Amino acid sequence: MSDGSKTLALHGGLLVLLFALQFVLPAYHHGNLARIMVLASFAVGYNVMFGYTGLLSLGHALFFAAGMYGMGLAVQHGGAAPVPGLLAGIAAAVAVSAALGLLALRTSGVAFMIVTLMFAQAGYLTVLYFGAYTRGDEGFVLQQAQRVLWGIDLTQPDTRYFAALTLFAVCVLTTLALVRAPFGRVLIAIRENEERARMLGYDVFRYKLAAVVISGTISGLAGAVYGLLFGYVGATFASVQYSIFPLLWVLLGGAGTVLGPFIGTLFMFYLIDLSSAVTSAYMLVAGVALVLLTLFAPQGLVGEIRDRIWRWLP
Amino acid sequence: MTTRTTKQTGTTRRGALKTLAAGAAATSLPLWARYAEAQTSEPIRVGFQMHRTGIGAAYGRWYGRTTEAAARLINEAGGINGRPLEIVVEDDGTDPKRGAEVVEKFATQHNCDVGYGTLFSHVVAGSAPRAGELKLPYFVVSEGHHVASGALNRYTVQPGITDVKSQVQAMAPFVAANLGKKVTMIFPDYAFGHDHRDFFSAAIEAQGGEVVAKLAIPPTETSFTKYFPKIPRETEVIYHVMVGPAVLTFVKEMGEFFGPSRPEIFGFIDSLEAVDISSPGLEFLEGTYFWEGMPRYAQADQSPYDKFYREQVGVDDKGASLSDAKDVSTFAHMFGCWETLYVIKAGMEAAGYKGPQDRQALIEAVEAMTEMPHSNEHPQGAKVFNGKTHQVFGPQYISKLEGGMLKVQHTTSIEEGFYPDEVDYTKMSF
Repeated sequence: MSDGSKTLALHGGLLVLLFALQFVLPAYHHGNLARIMVLASFAVGYNVMFGYTGLLSLGHALFFAAGMYGMGLAVQHGGAAPVPGLLAGIAAAVAVSAALGLLALRTSGVAFMIVTLMFAQAGYLTVLYFGAYTRGDEGFVLQQAQRVLWGIDLTQPDTRYFAALTLFAVCVLTTLALVRAPFGRVLIAIRENEERARMLGYDVFRYKLAAVVISGTISGLAGAVYGLLFGYVGATFASVQYSIFPLLWVLLGGAGTVLGPFIGTLFMFYLIDLSSAVTSAYMLVAGVALVLLTLFAPQGLVGEIRDRIWRWLP
Repeated sequence: MTTRTTKQTGTTRRGALKTLAAGAAATSLPLWARYAEAQTSEPIRVGFQMHRTGIGAAYGRWYGRTTEAAARLINEAGGINGRPLEIVVEDDGTDPKRGAEVVEKFATQHNCDVGYGTLFSHVVAGSAPRAGELKLPYFVVSEGHHVASGALNRYTVQPGITDVKSQVQAMAPFVAANLGKKVTMIFPDYAFGHDHRDFFSAAIEAQGGEVVAKLAIPPTETSFTKYFPKIPRETEVIYHVMVGPAVLTFVKEMGEFFGPSRPEIFGFIDSLEAVDISSPGLEFLEGTYFWEGMPRYAQADQSPYDKFYREQVGVDDKGASLSDAKDVSTFAHMFGCWETLYVIKAGMEAAGYKGPQDRQALIEAVEAMTEMPHSNEHPQGAKVFNGKTHQVFGPQYISKLEGGMLKVQHTTSIEEGFYPDEVDYTKMSF
């Protein structure tokens, strides 16, 4: 079996498994997995920029929130149906990520991290500033009637799960196609040695900008879908912790691997869910787990598997 | 004979089988009995969405203690419909995303009958949609206007604490009549502060007063000196509703700015919940007025219900823990947990609640409630519940800080907090 066939079999197999799981999972885990798939899509978006292009962003909450608020405001105040709402969310994410990319990519390294962090903080404060529309920190609820897509009620567990799976499949397959295409190879080349890529004649700025926009758009799409599936749009999702979460999920799962973001999100979700049932210091547990993983699996869970067993993993 | 013997033998075998069957039945009988018993004595599970960590942790700690005390009393008095009450606690980290997950956990993993106890408005807003979808009655103790505004759903109810719109509206007549009519408002620049800004502006205008300046403080601010010069000279009353750890700095800097001559000052005790009023830096608040949901200090005319409530929760006459005088309670809010648990009990009894199939009946029973007399079950004061808006109304207390103690100056009537209905949840489907 060629590496390409193995790759398709593994990723297709995961999607089939996720599809099948909805029929056997208990209600609680069924709901959790739907949520995890949407959050993992956010992490998949983050991974395009961090894992494949080597751009460490500390401001991805901005993109997630841009999609969420683009959709939410269009539905809540514009009376938009879910599909135009999602398109509005995607448009907002494209616009915000392009603007941020154009400005932030003038910096690099630590400065890039700081600039993205500052932009995200400005985005958070913008949400609070326009409290008359956003209800600030309290956020607003999307009612069940506003969440019916082509006659399909997204508040129902089965449709929610299927919608989350569809989003996740689209994000994974897009990323897979991206990293296997010449465009993705150039992104990896930039990550490995930017100067060499430039010397080879690639317009590095253009490629990095494209990576920021693709990453921001996937993250924004995840934000829009999250708001639609779970019925709430709030400023918390624009706060700094939602910039840190995708970084942690990707680091845990394996930066620069297509499946890493999903595994990292799944691991972190259940680590917090299970440890919070035992102790109020559950973030300490999460911290210790992170330290241990950094020490003993620095490539992340999937990254280690790639290093040790399946070297063909994309 | 043979036949008989055979018959006898057969009979014996059958008899033995019968005996075995009877024995097996007898052996299993206690199991059935236990099962039947379990069905009737299975606890009523109340999922307590607790702010154990995060920004709401101080409130969460005291909401927890109040809940424990009320649950203990309810169980000592025979439980609910003859079944014990079990409180299932999950920490939501004062986070709306985790809040929604916790609600899912209550409904689908812990098999809770209801969800309960959420304070912070953003957690309520994040969690309520899931409660509605899972058809889990969700009793919040938030004082947010989100329930009565119609933003939520039929399964979300706030029967134990009044909402901010009602509180602010009830305060305005006292402020206008006793402190002044030209008000400068200082409030945090987010939804909680905006509610105060909007509701109080309308309420004071209805009293013939006006808000002469509205100073919104960004949530990231740590020093406030640049805002005080913006207070107009004509200001007769400063209305402040700062929350969070910066409040001590805010008060200290306000004191330094005004010195001995200051306008009247009226604030919401939310700023100083779980904070010792005699903390260094708060001296400037002496002689100023506060809204209190329930008076922190036991008053000269303390009701027997207040006394009973303090004893049961473990709070002294100064609103601090009986076991640690430095551990000051969130007294102005936590009564809401106590009263809400008793509303859940009353609702379940009225609905003949047996299990999740009766959740709809429970909501209808609560919607049918109207008057709640001042009692051990409602120690903060008498209440009137509006079934259409799912919101309770009650008295408010205005206290003055004198000699380091908050003394009640005025108690508003329940009616002063009424406003026209903004929603009729009873017309929404289940």
